[in-house]
Amino acid sequence: MSLHSVKVYSRFERFWHWTQAFLIFSLFFTGFAIHGLHSLISFKTAVVWHTWGAFTLIILWIFAIFWHLTTGTWRHYLPTHQGLWQVFRFYSYGIFRAEPHPYRKAFWRKHNPLQALAYLSLKLVLFPLIWLTGLAYFTYQYWREWLPNALMTFEWIAVLHVGAAFLIVAFVLLHVYLLSTGHSFAAHVKPMITGFDEVDLTAAEAAYLQESKAVSVKPISDSHSH
Amino acid sequence: MQRFWSIPFSMGLFLVLCVLSGMTLADDDSHTNMHFRDNPPSPPTPGHSSTSTADHSKFEVLQQPFTDGPSVTKACLSCHTEAGEHMMKSIHWTWEYTHPKTGQKLGKKHLVNTFCTNARGNEGMCAQCHAGYGWKDETFDFNNPNNIDCLVCHDRTGSYYKTPNSPGNEACSVMFKEKPPIQWNTVAQNVGLPGRDNCGRCHFYGGGGDGVKHGDLDSSLERPDRSLDVHMDVDGLNFTCTQCHVSDKHVWAGSRYQVVAKDTEGTAKPGMRRDVATCESCHGTSPHPVDGVVAMKLNDHVNKVACQTCHIPKIARGGVATNVKWDWRTAGKTKDGEGYKEDNYVQANGKARSTYKSIKGSFEWAENFVPHYAWFDGQMNYTTIDTVFDPNKGPIDINGFNGRADDPQSRIWPFKPMHTIQPYDKGFNTLVYMHLWGNDKDAFWGNYDFARAIKTGMEKNNLPYSGEYGFVDTYSYWPITHMVAPKEEALDCGECHSKAGRLQNVEGFYLPGRDAPYDIDRYGLWLLLAALLGIVGHATLRGLTGRHRS
Repeated sequence: MSLHSVKVYSRFERFWHWTQAFLIFSLFFTGFAIHGLHSLISFKTAVVWHTWGAFTLIILWIFAIFWHLTTGTWRHYLPTHQGLWQVFRFYSYGIFRAEPHPYRKAFWRKHNPLQALAYLSLKLVLFPLIWLTGLAYFTYQYWREWLPNALMTFEWIAVLHVGAAFLIVAFVLLHVYLLSTGHSFAAHVKPMITGFDEVDLTAAEAAYLQESKAVSVKPISDSHSH
Repeated sequence: MQRFWSIPFSMGLFLVLCVLSGMTLADDDSHTNMHFRDNPPSPPTPGHSSTSTADHSKFEVLQQPFTDGPSVTKACLSCHTEAGEHMMKSIHWTWEYTHPKTGQKLGKKHLVNTFCTNARGNEGMCAQCHAGYGWKDETFDFNNPNNIDCLVCHDRTGSYYKTPNSPGNEACSVMFKEKPPIQWNTVAQNVGLPGRDNCGRCHFYGGGGDGVKHGDLDSSLERPDRSLDVHMDVDGLNFTCTQCHVSDKHVWAGSRYQVVAKDTEGTAKPGMRRDVATCESCHGTSPHPVDGVVAMKLNDHVNKVACQTCHIPKIARGGVATNVKWDWRTAGKTKDGEGYKEDNYVQANGKARSTYKSIKGSFEWAENFVPHYAWFDGQMNYTTIDTVFDPNKGPIDINGFNGRADDPQSRIWPFKPMHTIQPYDKGFNTLVYMHLWGNDKDAFWGNYDFARAIKTGMEKNNLPYSGEYGFVDTYSYWPITHMVAPKEEALDCGECHSKAGRLQNVEGFYLPGRDAPYDIDRYGLWLLLAALLGIVGHATLRGLTGRHRS
């Protein structure tokens, strides 16, 4: 086993992640302006930006789903109970006793089981909820004639949309906080910028990656490798 | 030399002073009392008569020497053979409207209002605005077409006028004196389609003076600029009233008794639809050309928000104030036995308005103000002379209205609310007719005695009266539809989509920016707080245990 600098996040993944992050923050800002929680921008501006931001994000998601399916990276999000308890125990107990993180990042399993579960529920529950309610909200005038109680439905759509937004904000808070656990904050953020992370590879893995050039990989330093 | 010039000089000065004082007197006179039409009539609105295929001055029948109105009408009807029959079905003639749904008899002939309270019994004064000649009491013949006043709507010289049909007490009748005689032949030969000044001569002065009643109809609309009314703008579209209030056989679109609060048909083919005066009848049902998110969202609103709500941001903004409160309780005070008035409100056009008049009581005025917003399905509900109410159950809505958020016919409309404290029958709990106008000792406008005025008013109409009157708070609501601002001055989204916006008190629906139903904000903020506390707790524990270990 030896530490290697492996390109774990492809250009698309990084582009997707950061564009999504930017759009989600804009949607928080404009969405909460529409909802009346702040008035830093006018309602009209908020509606315009929120609408365009939302449609851009939906397009980005369509691309990301396509990318996940064609590259097989969707497997990163497969839920597993294997090791789930250990990770949970680590964050709620072991971390306070300076125990090492129980999860060993693998090239095909970049996320620990808890992470995978969190991201999966985000992608399968919260994101679809917010964009389906958002689309229904936006297209109100096209379906209101067909529903007997359109005003009530509209109200519920708004409640679900706002509720999902609050849950996503909570997710983002935890997501950012967890960057400070384990290694340093910077060490967590850096791979999402450069694409390269330190991964412990077996000799066979290292040899395979070097040989196949599937992703760029290089040994970090002699002191770490032997 | 000095003495030589001093005589013509002092004579000149005298003349100037006479003219000035005459002007002041005339001006004083104009807002003395409940006077209508104190402004000189505006010049005829150009444009309309020029397209006519007839020059009325060439008609032989109009060359005969006329001495009164009915003889002019007779001449009109000799060519316009069906106009008389048509006019006699018009509300301008009948002053009566039988509501098709409620069966109530409405119209000025029957209603009690929140201004001078009743036209009924006061026709000698009120029927100045009747499109007829000489209605002063029950004897008026509604079946004689020669009594129709064609000129009041069709005179295009601006020199035609009407005076009360019967003399009032001296305190009132003085203001109608010294009008130049009407040149009957001139006005008869210069007829045309009605201009704004024709309609305005009555409709701008409803309720007892300029702008008093509606708040969106006053003399400022005779020559409005673009900002005051984008359709009537004299330098722009210069619409006359009949451009929207289209007519068919002298019956015109636009009723205030049964309002088309929501038009789902929109524009029609040329020549069709003579029954509505809605915004949609010209602008369609998706009026904002879709060039982006905003226009698309604006078109959403057509379903639940009347065009007027956003496009008439404020009312009474032409420099003329409208009456918002009228307290009859203070009426009848005199100085040295004489009625008097106090003019303590100066409106934007510089003219003083009365805050007190002995004949009417106390007034409050408002200009350039935000209307009252409410759901409205077009149905006005009238408290009429025969409605029994409970005076202890809060103010009486003289014309209340229906409307609900979940009713497909309703939209949010702007209204001018009018608050009046007016007499009622304390024994029978009904409204009353007052005898205000007359040259007899029972008329309130002369004797300042409510007891006699009410007793006479009820007796004249064979209505029961308990003999005891009190005062009751009443409200009336005037749907706002004129004074349409240009689009750049329409309401901004945030005016309603905010916590304390214009629609703060309009209920029954979810309004983005205002509402957080089911306590969603409280739960959401609790969730974020819990997440933050968890993070802070976790981080603190990590810090403490980390330090402990090292």
